[in-house]
Amino acid sequence: MTTLPTHTEKSLGLVIDLDTCVGCHACVTACKGWNTENYGAPLADTDAYGANPVGSFLNRVHSYEVQPETGPAQLYHMPKSCLHCADAPCVTVCPTGASYKRVEDGIVLVNESDCIGCGLCAWACPYGAREMDPSEGVMKKCTLCVDRIYNENLPEEDRQPACVRTCPAGARHFGDLSDPESDVSKLVADRGGIELMPEQGTAPVNRYLPPRPRDKAPEMDVLAPFLEPVAEEPTGFLGWLDRTLSKVS
Amino acid sequence: MHPAPSIIIFTVLSGMGFGMLAFLGFDIDAPTGWAAFWFFLIAFALAVGGLLSSTFHLGRPERFLKAFSQWRSSWLSREGVLAVAALLTMGLYAFLLVFFETQVSFLGFLGGGLSLVTVFATSMIYAQMKTVPRWHNWTAPVMFLAFALTGGALLTGNVWLVKILLPILAILQVISWFDQDRHEASSETNIETATGLGDIGTVRSFEAPHTGDNYLTREMVFRIGRKHALTLKVISIVLFAVLPLVLLLLPFHHMLAILAVLSHLAGVFIQRWVFFAEARHVVGLYYGR
Amino acid sequence: MNAPKIDTSPKVSDEVRKTTCYMCACRCGINVHMKYGPDGKKQVAYIEGNRDHPVNKGVLCAKGSSGIMQHLSPARLKAPMKRVGPRGSGEFEEISWNEALETAVSILKPIRETDQSKLAFFTGRDQSQSFTSMFAQSFGTPNYAAHGGFCSVNMAAAGIYTMGGAFWEFGQPDWDHTKLFMIFGVAEDHDSNPIKMGLGKLKERGAKVIGVNPIRTGYNAIADEWVGITPGTDGLFILSLVHCLMKAGRIDLDYLARFTDAPCLVNEDPESDEHGLILTNEAGKKLVIDRRTGKPEAYDTKGVQPDLSGSYRHAGITHRPVLHHMAEKYLADEHAPETVAERVGISAERIRAIAADLARVAFDEAFELDREWTDFRGDTHKTMIGRPVAFHAMRGISAHSNGFQTCRALHLLQIILGTVEVPGGFRFKPPYPKAATIHPKPHAGVTPGKPLDGPHLGFLHGPDDLLIDEDGNPKRIDKAFSWENPMSAHGLMHMVISNAHAGDPYKIDTLMLYMANMSWNSSMNTSGVMKMLTDTDENGDYVIPNIIYSDAYSSEMVAYADLILPDTTYLERHDCISLLDRPICEASAAADAIRWPVVEPDRDVRGFQSVLCDLGGRLGLPGFTNEDGSQKYADYADYIQNHERKPGIGPLAGFRGKGDEHGRGAPNPDQIERYKENGSFWISHIPEDAEYYKPWNNAYQDWAVDLGLFDAPSPYLFTLWCEPLRRFQLAAEGKHRLSPPEHLKARYAETMDPLPLWYPATEVSDQFTVHAMTQRPMAMYHSWGSQNAWLRQIHGRNPLYVPTKIWAANGFAEGDWARVSSPHGEITVPVAHMAALNENTVWTWNAIGKRKGAWALEEDAPEATKGFLLNHIMHELMPPKGDGLRWANSDPITGQAAWFDLMVKIEKYTALNECSPAHPAQKSPVGKGPSTVKQKIGT
Repeated sequence: MTTLPTHTEKSLGLVIDLDTCVGCHACVTACKGWNTENYGAPLADTDAYGANPVGSFLNRVHSYEVQPETGPAQLYHMPKSCLHCADAPCVTVCPTGASYKRVEDGIVLVNESDCIGCGLCAWACPYGAREMDPSEGVMKKCTLCVDRIYNENLPEEDRQPACVRTCPAGARHFGDLSDPESDVSKLVADRGGIELMPEQGTAPVNRYLPPRPRDKAPEMDVLAPFLEPVAEEPTGFLGWLDRTLSKVS
Repeated sequence: MHPAPSIIIFTVLSGMGFGMLAFLGFDIDAPTGWAAFWFFLIAFALAVGGLLSSTFHLGRPERFLKAFSQWRSSWLSREGVLAVAALLTMGLYAFLLVFFETQVSFLGFLGGGLSLVTVFATSMIYAQMKTVPRWHNWTAPVMFLAFALTGGALLTGNVWLVKILLPILAILQVISWFDQDRHEASSETNIETATGLGDIGTVRSFEAPHTGDNYLTREMVFRIGRKHALTLKVISIVLFAVLPLVLLLLPFHHMLAILAVLSHLAGVFIQRWVFFAEARHVVGLYYGR
Repeated sequence: MNAPKIDTSPKVSDEVRKTTCYMCACRCGINVHMKYGPDGKKQVAYIEGNRDHPVNKGVLCAKGSSGIMQHLSPARLKAPMKRVGPRGSGEFEEISWNEALETAVSILKPIRETDQSKLAFFTGRDQSQSFTSMFAQSFGTPNYAAHGGFCSVNMAAAGIYTMGGAFWEFGQPDWDHTKLFMIFGVAEDHDSNPIKMGLGKLKERGAKVIGVNPIRTGYNAIADEWVGITPGTDGLFILSLVHCLMKAGRIDLDYLARFTDAPCLVNEDPESDEHGLILTNEAGKKLVIDRRTGKPEAYDTKGVQPDLSGSYRHAGITHRPVLHHMAEKYLADEHAPETVAERVGISAERIRAIAADLARVAFDEAFELDREWTDFRGDTHKTMIGRPVAFHAMRGISAHSNGFQTCRALHLLQIILGTVEVPGGFRFKPPYPKAATIHPKPHAGVTPGKPLDGPHLGFLHGPDDLLIDEDGNPKRIDKAFSWENPMSAHGLMHMVISNAHAGDPYKIDTLMLYMANMSWNSSMNTSGVMKMLTDTDENGDYVIPNIIYSDAYSSEMVAYADLILPDTTYLERHDCISLLDRPICEASAAADAIRWPVVEPDRDVRGFQSVLCDLGGRLGLPGFTNEDGSQKYADYADYIQNHERKPGIGPLAGFRGKGDEHGRGAPNPDQIERYKENGSFWISHIPEDAEYYKPWNNAYQDWAVDLGLFDAPSPYLFTLWCEPLRRFQLAAEGKHRLSPPEHLKARYAETMDPLPLWYPATEVSDQFTVHAMTQRPMAMYHSWGSQNAWLRQIHGRNPLYVPTKIWAANGFAEGDWARVSSPHGEITVPVAHMAALNENTVWTWNAIGKRKGAWALEEDAPEATKGFLLNHIMHELMPPKGDGLRWANSDPITGQAAWFDLMVKIEKYTALNECSPAHPAQKSPVGKGPSTVKQKIGT
């Protein structure tokens, strides 16, 4: 099973908007909450109240500072979880077949009962999407909430990953990226969604929407007509006021 | 990459053990009886001990049998299967040599070949990692095999061959270190491609996702001072090549031979530590390291 | 391929209980998923946002989503405790509730019978202020307030005095129509989910966001334009925008004439006792010149058309409209972009460009909603004019000593653009808009054995309303509503401990605190406060004799109390988020909510409000006892359901009477159940024709009266001219029967201008040239997050972020440390580089640093070793000035703690193992947390 499917019926994934993400970490803990209580072993935390707390998280938010050639530095937040790559190197390195990519929707999953915790899949992943559970000794990763998105015990509108449901700014979108008519595909097309590390050849499904240009304030000479002075002095202003008011009535 | 002791011990010892098995298998005039017993005991101890050590790196070692299933795609699985095949073949070969003083050369060649392919498979676990530019090239297979052969030759007492192999090993190592540097430097993956923000300007990690460590930072974002790396490389090459060569060029003495082996072993351990510690995983880019 | 079969439809939970979050002040609706645990009892398994809820509509932040870890925190207090070691040691002995309550009664009863001002009762992040204040009022102490004085009072007071409502969570931009959204000093805390959702909406529509903040994180990071302003100069920047707009005549004259006091007439005679006050008729109504007749009329006369230009001579005194004064003041060169550019750190060109952009969007992209409405003068408007520019501001402009006037300046800006309460602009949430004049005034009349003579806090309108005795001394321990900080509408919690310690204005007997971490992150001068709390007099008695404290968790403050009343977690309690207090309304709806115990506590703890019901009964307080002297409210739930503030008006507006009455109605014994069935909230939408122009819109006023927000329609004018300020100036000028102390007179003249002005917030000093600030991380709420196993991994320590210029000048490198000193003290802390930062500002995350031993953390936790507070280098008093006096480090008008005025010096320093100052460990009264957490209820 460690071979990858040649074709998947869907390519479910996330589209994350870097123009909108404020870096609040809501997706991080909503993910932790759902996935601790659901698929597989709980996401444990070791030394939870001590000097070196280390827990497994399936989604983490990085932040980067970007210095353009001109203008002030900019700050971006980048949530990162499994990108459910079409050519997922984490799957093929797995010695036990615990890691696999689903034919029906392209989700990359770990069958925890087959995982020996060798960590090789985490080595093979360029994105840092896989974390060994510090207590259970098995590899944990984003399941795209496979136990939510089809869950008949949830109302239709809640059948989306926990991170997407909770995102306050609406910076996370979920859908089928193999369907050009899907909302997510259209978003990617409209906003020029990008792959992370395309040169790694992993063909990630998840896409990131690049930030819109920042600090591109309209030039004053364009705006100047909007500030044409009516007077230089307070008395002049009062004169203008009288003239204007008499025009109104 | 985190230089995990279990993995260093594994690659060093099993490499040397399989190298030794290869020499024993390819030896057209293999030792027999007690001599064979001791040689094979050492070789098996190294190979099996190394493999056992590797299980300490597993989260769920009790499930290790599952690792034999995916030989079609996984180098780790292949390594496991090949190692078992090599050990079984060489076991039978050794059994006949020790207890029946009978050499079945076919088995020896087969087992010896499997032993070397096992070492190759081990090396491919690292060489396949596109995520670690330092590893993702010819150097891992060549060096792993070169170390296995040199160690095997040394432990099987092929002194004349060792005197040839040690300088070659040293030269290969120096070339591979330089080439690894080159590969790392020329990697197309950088923080700009990692974040996709390179079009805007120069990218720098501002805050890591969490203030503390996590599995990824502990396992893959190991930081070693570059100046230490150079020192360690010099020490390692002195220990695994220069000193053994000097000791073996001196008038032969068993103590000197043992010292040569120990020096070589110590040098390989340092070399392997550097192999891991110096390797940068591209995920470190996300963490600004 | 034979992929394993997995269950894609697992049962989500055994029951969903809907309640209200309390992981911050946002008060989102949450679905608490319960599962049967191994013991057969339902346990909390998973928490998500409630989709139906008006505040969060399903989303939930990092804190809310980690609520389960707060609920299971090892730092939860377990039982009432009395102190057995010295104060501060953390040595306690558990006692019974009866003993705890009797101890409290033995302390409080004598105070009530003799002099209630000996009790100071202050609450921190209390969400039940209408109840705790009722207890304090009934007890009769004048010394009650919540934490607003060090949090938000500049924002609240400036908003209410100027336009009858404020930013914070009391209003919101019209997210659906705004095209240009400009934020000032907005931190990622209050109203955080609604703001994030709103920003998401704006981004979706491609609207533009301008972020004004020295620090570019969070909302400012996603702003299309970032203005990295010099801290404390926002007012100067805003008034320069006002200058540009007025000079270009780009102001909404019609709006100013109809809805503001711009046409009201100011007394111009310097000799008059009413100089600078607004002309009124006999009924006290402000007069305007009617453009139809040129005669003065009351502003609200039917059909009157107020003239912005007409002067009026009355009784020999010239009166000129407020707008004339504005023109004189703001058109002056001191407000020109070129004059202010260097000081604010924004080029003149950029200031003009922003002003032009505001004008362009407000006026050239104006639009109309096809909704007819009638104003308070009876004029019917066919449409609602929209101006799609909205502003929002928070602590960044509020926590400065010029914060009140800066907030007013921002309101002035949005009012001249005509963007308040219009489509596309800033809108109030009920019970606002509400004029300052219909709020109560503050009270401090103490009669032994009797309740206070009225509510503690409120809005005064001149020196006559001050809470001072015949000698001019403050009646309140925090000196609120005294000459030093006359308009301190929220009290001054940050002054209570230092004043009580100093016996100034008087000594107290008992300090009672609720949820206020005063010995740590909720005080300036943290080390000093710890000393004050443990200081003894010549007899060896504590200077503050009794300290009673209620908290749910083992915070740093616990160790400093003598008696601990352990509170519950938010999932174990009743609460009401009431219209009487600080509700969860939307701009288009009134709403309130409850909390209820979705699980019962597994410890011997009680909700503090229920404890007050009990204490009120034991003390025989009116309102808390029946006629026969028995306890009136069994617990807080009983109060929530049965208390009536006025006939028919109670803490909860929904489901009154038989469950079908809303706003007004008899108490309903089934009310809490009805809330639970409804998702723990109630909402009533404002009719379409009443959704905008609310202060002046008859339809809104009628709706508000129906709901019980007012007793009668109460339309009013926005007050650009703040008369209460002018009255204090008149007193300083000797034109009032009362007069401020001599040393304050110059300051009154300088700061209490009736029109918004700017004055420097910080002292110019050669030594301390760098601004130092804190921000609250989005994943943390005050000090609470560190006990949370998930959240503390995100923020376990905090560096001081240093801008490029200072970084380079000091030769800093990654991993370096610095010594940061202020006139008050020094700290030694790790530094980190940040380029997206004002070049003269350093900052850090707030309240990450923890005292060793607190919060059930190990003593070597990074929070205690690599986390730090800036509070150590702030002081509630400024260093002595030339006059030898130590002025309060606060706004002179409201007393708001000015903790963003901190100026420091930074030097590279040897890296330490621990941040300095390091305080010795407290003994943890709750032990330490488990080493591994892997919580899973389901199988």
